[in-house]
Order: sequence, then structure tokens, then C-alpha cells
Amino acid sequence: MIVLAVLAILLPFAGAAAGLLGSRIPRRRTPVCTARRRAAWFAVLPVAISAVAAVWLAAWQAISGETGAAGTLADIETGSVPISVGLQVGELSALTGVLVTVVALAVQVYSVGYMRDEPRYPSYSSFISLFTSAMLLVVYAGDLIVLYVGWEIMGLCSYLLIGHWWEDRANSRAAVKAFLVTRLGDVGFLFGIFTLGLSAGSFRIDDVLAADLPKGTLVAATLLLLAGVAGKSAQVPLHTWLPDAMAGPTPISALIHAATMVAAGIFVVARLYPAFLAAQPTLDVLGVLAAVGMLGAALAALAQDDLKRVLAYSTISQLALMAAALAAGSEHAAIFHLVTHGAFKALLFLCAGVVIHHAGSNLMSHMGGLRTPLPVTFWAMTIGFAALAGLPPASGFFSKDAVIAAIERSHGPAQLFLYGCALVTVGVTGAYSARAWLRTFFGSRRVGAPSHAGDHGHGRPAVPRSMLWPVVLLAVPALLLGFAGVRELDWESAAISVVIALLGAGVVYALWRSSPEQDPARMLGPFRVPCERAFYLDAVYDRLVVRPVLRLARGVVRADDRVVDGAVRGSGRAAVGLSGLLRLAQNGNAQLYVTGLLAGVLLIAVGVVVLG
Amino acid sequence: MSWILIAMLAVPLLGAAALLLPRFAGRVPRGYGLAVSGATLALAVVAAVGFDYGHAARMQFETDVSWIPGLALRFHLGVDGISLPLVVLTAVLTFLCFVHLAGRPPSRPRALVFTLLVLETGMIGTFLALDLLLFFVFFEVVLVPMYFVIAIWGGPGRRAAAVKFILYTLLGSAVLLLGVLVVWSQAGTLDMVALARGSGIARSAQIVAFLAIGAGLAVKAPMWPLHTWLPDAHTEAPTVGSVLLAGVLLKMGTYGFARIAIPILPEGAAALAPWLGAFAVIGIIYGSLACLAQRDLKRMIAYSSVGHMGFVLLGFATLTPVGVNAALFGNVAHGLITGLLFFVAGAVKDRYGTADMARLGGGMLGRLPYIGSLLTFACVASLGLPGLAGFWGEMLALFGAFRPAAELSRPLFLTFMVVGGLGTVLTAAYFLRMLSRVTHGRPAASEGPPGGLGDVTAYELAAWVPLVVLTVLFGLWPKALLAITTPAVQAMLPGVGT
Repeated sequence: MIVLAVLAILLPFAGAAAGLLGSRIPRRRTPVCTARRRAAWFAVLPVAISAVAAVWLAAWQAISGETGAAGTLADIETGSVPISVGLQVGELSALTGVLVTVVALAVQVYSVGYMRDEPRYPSYSSFISLFTSAMLLVVYAGDLIVLYVGWEIMGLCSYLLIGHWWEDRANSRAAVKAFLVTRLGDVGFLFGIFTLGLSAGSFRIDDVLAADLPKGTLVAATLLLLAGVAGKSAQVPLHTWLPDAMAGPTPISALIHAATMVAAGIFVVARLYPAFLAAQPTLDVLGVLAAVGMLGAALAALAQDDLKRVLAYSTISQLALMAAALAAGSEHAAIFHLVTHGAFKALLFLCAGVVIHHAGSNLMSHMGGLRTPLPVTFWAMTIGFAALAGLPPASGFFSKDAVIAAIERSHGPAQLFLYGCALVTVGVTGAYSARAWLRTFFGSRRVGAPSHAGDHGHGRPAVPRSMLWPVVLLAVPALLLGFAGVRELDWESAAISVVIALLGAGVVYALWRSSPEQDPARMLGPFRVPCERAFYLDAVYDRLVVRPVLRLARGVVRADDRVVDGAVRGSGRAAVGLSGLLRLAQNGNAQLYVTGLLAGVLLIAVGVVVLG
Repeated sequence: MSWILIAMLAVPLLGAAALLLPRFAGRVPRGYGLAVSGATLALAVVAAVGFDYGHAARMQFETDVSWIPGLALRFHLGVDGISLPLVVLTAVLTFLCFVHLAGRPPSRPRALVFTLLVLETGMIGTFLALDLLLFFVFFEVVLVPMYFVIAIWGGPGRRAAAVKFILYTLLGSAVLLLGVLVVWSQAGTLDMVALARGSGIARSAQIVAFLAIGAGLAVKAPMWPLHTWLPDAHTEAPTVGSVLLAGVLLKMGTYGFARIAIPILPEGAAALAPWLGAFAVIGIIYGSLACLAQRDLKRMIAYSSVGHMGFVLLGFATLTPVGVNAALFGNVAHGLITGLLFFVAGAVKDRYGTADMARLGGGMLGRLPYIGSLLTFACVASLGLPGLAGFWGEMLALFGAFRPAAELSRPLFLTFMVVGGLGTVLTAAYFLRMLSRVTHGRPAASEGPPGGLGDVTAYELAAWVPLVVLTVLFGLWPKALLAITTPAVQAMLPGVGT
């Protein structure tokens, strides 16, 4: 059965290689449309087969009741702890694998339409394939180093995809930022892997989890791992790359911010959960970070004007909710919310893509009244927002309830703080969902929308069919997936959170109703600007990290020239100067030479007489 | 099969000597260098195929004949798991340099082919020699042709750079020779295999010898703060010079640590390893910061070598099998990746007429999509992305520092590990910044198509693709290299367990 996992990983990888190298062969005589068609096949077909393989794998595990499939290709001797190149698919991995492949398939199909005027479509779709492959490697990996390989390749793909429209400097900067911020976390992640691997004597995840490690080691290792998790899953304090990553094409936002990269952090914690459970201090730290992150990001989402940035901040907030569930000791609730969030957030982003495609702008102040021209998108996005706000019967209602109930039942030192933040966040989430929904689809069409802004929309009225199908397809799980957890529903806490969410939405509705032309975000009053700027964290990092490093770099270059190389050049000059002194004696004057000779003889004679 | 190593030295040397014949005066056949270096490469491949991988720790294809009996000098050659990858790397890179030259005939071709073939003899000889003085001879043979490559075919500031290069490295070699003499006077033999089995040198003498030999090798590596010859040499050297300088010459310094300094002088190594590690991590951070503020593309790549060699030296400094493995892996990976980087940077310089980033402007991916993509690939490989060759050397070096050899201070090396880890972030920062400045953005409209030259040529592709393929291969399957080096390294550090 492990062959299926291998197949699921290798097919998108082969698709990526084929798309990059094979789309334009022969180089000069392939018209752009042929290259695009070929690339589309290379993109969609492998990931479709991967999705079938992943579903098959998950179904086989569910039906046969086997606990997992595993296989090792080889052990690589390093001179110390060996690396075992192998895969291991448990229940968690199988489920996440399905989520990843299904969303990736939807994104690939959607991109065929969304990017139909894009000359660089082959490289774009190939990078998505590579991304999918890397994520599946993370999900199915049986060894921490193998997992890390996939983990980092995802970082590269996100860099390449966010910077897809590299003509614009802002996109390029956003791509670099995404890579560097996550890489900073990944250094900690790698050290965490070292700690676990060396203490357990193996990098195999099973061995690490089975090993009886001292608590201090576990706390240190999991805290280090947490750095990488915070980077990838955009948690405080390494979340700042995610809103900027909206510079990428919208389908990429769906892929990165729904199914894959941001999910990886939560997934890894769940995968190594026994290690985290044995390290309570780490879970407490995670809980505090999650509490701060969920509320801060939700408030930031409430003040944004860019539709995609609203969704980006909501992603940070929702991921923090999952992290909170992990901190509260319920990996089950976290993964449940991860899966439903993957579905409804992908749906929201793909719908946002349609809206932006139609409106020609990312800004909600340029939208409004889109309910009539985009009926399918309207209904799909309504489902998505309902799920985001946690309203029944959408999937988010069930999973968010599971999270809230888990937090309520937990007993950490930060439990009360976490629970309070979670409830407030539920209310704010209801508010910003309602705000985005109302401002996009209701009211009158606002004027002044530029024909081409920010994203790559072209203001075309017709929405390609390949864009609508994935939207419809994703709307089904976004609506129904929650019923998988209907039996575990805690009605009491569910009722509380629905009331709070409706309260938040109601306030926004009342404000909007009083004057539909004005932004309901005005209710934030003086806090609106700090919220919109995400509490100035970017500026702080710029001041505290980026600029000092650049100053230091310039200082190093100066010092290298003046001090280090200056010493080298100085020694050269000194040698020349010394030889200049010696040359004074070699001036060709025979009289001087004879005088010198005589003086020498005299000195020697005196020396012999005196000392002898 | 012991003839094969002698043949690997003889073929390029005789090839160079044949060029002195009067019939080649003024005109040298275009494929001459290609044929000779191709024959050498074929021999290297045959040696790699015939190598007994079951006994990678043992010297193979040995030749051991008396050379200067009065000095007890022997002509002793051989390869094991440590030197074989470097020998093949040298043959590959030299051959690819000739492929590059075939597409872009240089001025004074006969002299350049002659010089490069002599250079190849010296480089391969350094990796094959098993007698300390023979090693030193080959080590020195390399300097002279490289001096001429820089001084004749280099850029505008070539004379000063060449003089700095040769004086600096000769000074290093003089110190190295002193160290070799200390070893000789104490142990009474110069045979590396015998010395590695146990030299019986007193600890104090070992420390002195390690200091001298280490300093000599550190100049070549180069280790901070002995690196300042490198940026000038790289900036001025022609493309083939840069490729061989970064790809092979720097490796001769680090190879010396694996072959001479650590196995022959273990106690000296243990005493001085903390210093080596400290200089190595300073080099990592310092090199990365210097890159971050660099304006010239080739100069930036040169400084990046200081950082990457820092990881290699850190690997050695841990004195663990995993660290030395990392260093050897990092050596090969750096040779492949930085070779590719210099090839691409050279191509950029040919087309734009400058390597100054401000004058290159942006939008290279739009103007020269293939070259821009290959530059991106090379940078990504160089910043140590897993799945490409650069990663394993860095990762294993940090892992080695996580638990260094028992006689070294663990907190100190943990600090080194953390600093090195931050260095990887800085490395990513300067490469991505450079890519962002050069390949992204819109090309300045006024400039038009650069230099009237098109995108990548067939010769360039032929020279670059093997490097790309090997980078991906070793990245995806590090076992290909680790399986060769691990037994040799474990034999070298017998006292250290896993």
C-alpha cells in the first residue's frame, strides 16, 4: 500500500519536471498556446491520479482497520545518526493527504482558466505540482530529515509562486520576505530535529516517539520545533509574511493559505503530538501565542480593505485556533478544524479570485452589489463565510465548536486567557465575515474601480467554466464536511459561540444598514489604523532587525577593505618601504661600500678583542 | 590498475607538453583541450568505476616507488573514499571549462590550453599524492598557471589581483612547508599513509605542526581573516579561472585538513579545533554580511565562498565522523554549485559587459529567461535548499557541531551551531536579495537587448547542464557520496563512536 503514497508524491514531482522542461520543446518552434495546453495536462493529470491514490490509501486504512503503511527505501549513513529514507502513512497522514491532493487538484483546474492569458503558465503550474509533491512528502514522511526536505522545498515553491509576477518589485519583496521569515523559523526547527534525533538515536518518527526521552530534552526540542511551526503556519511572532504573500496569484493564496504550507505546521505538531504532550511548558507557550495571534489577526482582518488580506488575516486567526486546540490537548479538534478550514478557506480564496477577476480590483471599496452578476460565486462564498464565522450547518460550525469545547475542558495555566480570547475571536470573526460579505455582494456597485489593479484581473464579465467548477466542487465539503463530527457536538458551548458570532455579525449589519456606503470598520474608532497596519509589527521588525543587519553588512564591507585587507596591503607597503631603506645602502657608490666593509672589519676586530 | 592514476597525471601533462611542438605555433586545433581533458575525465570515470566501494577506506590503485632516495622521498599515489570524489570533480570541472572555451574562443588559445592542462595536472596530483612533499609540490604547481590565467586573461585590475593571489598563497605555502618539516623532523617519514596510522609525534610538536599546516591550508581554503586575496582574484579572473579557483583550488586547502592535518596530528587538531571552529563561524557570518552589501555579482559569489568554506571548516573542527563527512560533502557540493554560479555570472558579464548589480538593472528573467532561471537555480542550490547538493554539507556540519568529539567543549560548539544556523538565514537573504535586484523587476526600457547577444548558447548549456544534473542528483540521493566517504572517515577517526 505504501506504493500508493510513493506514487502520490512522485507523480506531481514528475509532472513538475515535465512541465518545466517539456512544455516548450522544441524551444523555438512551440507556439505559446501549445506549450500552455501541454503544461495544463502535465499539471492536472498527475495530481488527479495522486488524489485518487491518496483517497484510496485513506479508504483502505479506514476499511481494513490497518494502523498504517510504512516502507523504507534506504538508510543513509552519515557517520552519526543515520537518515532512513522512508514513508509512513498513519490515519492522520492519510486524511491530510486527501485534503492536500483534493485542494491541489481544484487549484490546478481553476488555474487553467484563471491564468489563461498568462505566458508563464508552464512554470507556474509546474511550481504548484512541485509544491504539492513537497507537501505530500511532509505528510507521508517517516523520517524527520525527509520531512524537513519537503518542508523546505515548500518554502522555495512559495517563494517562486508569490513572486510569480516578478515584474512588480512589491511581489518580489513579498516573496523574499516569505522565504526569509519562514527560514528563520526553520533553523529552530532543524535544531529541534537534531535534539530529538540525537537523543533518540534515530530520525525515524516512530523511534523518536517511542523513545523514552528526559523531559528537559523534550521541552527544548519541542520549543525549537515550535519556531518552525510558527514560521510555516504563520503564528505570532513569525506571521508577518502571510498578508504580504497575497501578492501572488489568487489560486496560490488558496493553495498556500488553505491546504498546504500553513497547514504543515499544525500537521507536524499533531504528527509529533506525543512528544508535545509530554512537554507541557511548550504547550503553554503555544497556547499564549495562539491566544494573542487569533485575536490580533481577527482585529486586523476587521480593518482591512483588501479582500485577500481579510482572508489572509482570517487564516492566521483560524490557524491560531487550531494551535489553541493543540495547546488544549485535543489534536483531534485541531485536525478536524484543519480539514474543514482547508476546504472552506480554499473555497473562499477561489471565490475571491472570481470576484477580483470580475471587479478588476482587490479592494472592497471598489466592489459591492456583485450578487447579481455572480450568483454562483455569491452562494459559494456565502457558504464559505458561514463556515468561517462558525454558523450552522456549515462545516466550520462543527469544527470550531470542537476547538472551543476542547479549550473549555483543558487545564493549563493559560486556560482562562485562552478561552476568553477564543470567545472574543469568535465574535470578531463573525463581524469581519459579515463585513466582507456585505461589502462585496450587497449595496450598489461602487464607482471608481480601476480597470487593472493589484491582482491580475482584467474586468472581464465572463467567468471561465474551469474556474466555476472547482468552486462548486469545494462548496460541497465546505458545507457538509462538518457532519462528520456531529456526534461529538457539545450543544452548550456550540450555542454560546453561535450567539457570540451572530452578535458580532449583527453589530456589523446594524452599522452597515444605517449607511451602506460607509465601511462598518469605522466602529473600531481610533483603533482602526493600528488594526489596519497589524499593530505596526512590520515597522518594528524593520527597525529592529532588517536595518541593523544591513548597517552591519555595510560596516563589514568597510572593515574588510580597511582593516582585514588593509593589514594585508599594509604589510605589502611595509615590505616595499623596508626594502627602500635597504636600497639606500645599494646606491652604487664604491666608496660607501669600502667604508662599510672597513667599519665591519673594525667592529669584528673590536668584538674579538673585547669578548675574547 | 595502478597505471590509471599515473595516466591521469600524464595525459594532461603530455597534452600540455605537446603544445610546445612548433607545429602548434599560432594555431591550436579547436577541440584539442577538449580531447585531452576529455581523456582525463574518461580515466577518472574508469577509476571511479573500478574503485572497490566495499573497501572505500583503503588506498587503491597505489603506486609507490622511490623518488629521491637521499631525502627518503617517494612517488606515492593512491585514492580512497576521501580523495576519489575530488579527483572526479576536478576532471569534470576542467572538462566543462574546455567545453565553455570551445563556445567562446579566448585570445591566445594555445597559451590558455597549455596553462589549464598544467593546472589540471597539479590539481589532480594534489588529490592523489600520498607523500607529504609530493603533495606540497603539486600544491605549488597549481599556483603558477593560475597566476597566469588571472594575469593574462583577467579583467582590468588583473595584475594587482594576480600578484596579490600569488604572494598571499605563496606565503601560506611557506608556512605549510614549515609545518611539513616539523612533521618530518619529528616522525622521520613523509608517507601520509604511514603517518596516519600513528605518527608518534609529541603533543607540543603536534600543536606547532598543526598551527603551521593549518594556517597554510587556511589561506587556501580560505578561512577568515586570511581570505582577502579571494574576492580580488575572483573578480578579475576570467570565467574558467573563477570556476577552477572556486571549484577546485579552494578544495585543496580543505582536503589538506582531511588528509594531513587531522589524521596525522590528532592531538594538535584536538587542541586547536575550537579556534578553527570559531574562525569558521566568524567566516560564515562575516562572509554572508559582506555579500549582503556587495555590488558586484562576481565579488558577491566570491564572498559567498568564504561563508560556505566556513561550514566546511566547521565540519572539520567538530572532529566527528559526521562533521568530516559534512566537510567532504560540502566540498564537492560547493565545487559543483559555485562552479555553476561562476559560469552563469561569467555569461551575464559577457552579455551586459559588467557584473555590477546596479548597472545590470533588473528583469533578467524577462530579457534572458534561461540564464535568469539558471542563475536562480544556482543561487537556490547555493543557499542550501534541501533536495539540492548544498544542503547536506551544511546540515551535517551543524549536526556535527551539535555534538562534537568528546574532547571538545560542547557548549562552545552549540554556540557555533546556533551562529552557523543564523548564517544560513543570512545566506538565503543575500542570494534572494541579489536575485530580486537582478532577475526580478522590469528591465530598463532604454537599454534594449543587452550586448546584442541572445540567451544561453548550446556550448554554455553543455557546460552547465552536467553541473545542474549532479547538483540535483547529490541533493536527492546524498547516499551516492556519503557511502563513499563514510568508511574512509570512520577509519580516519577510529576513537570516535557514533
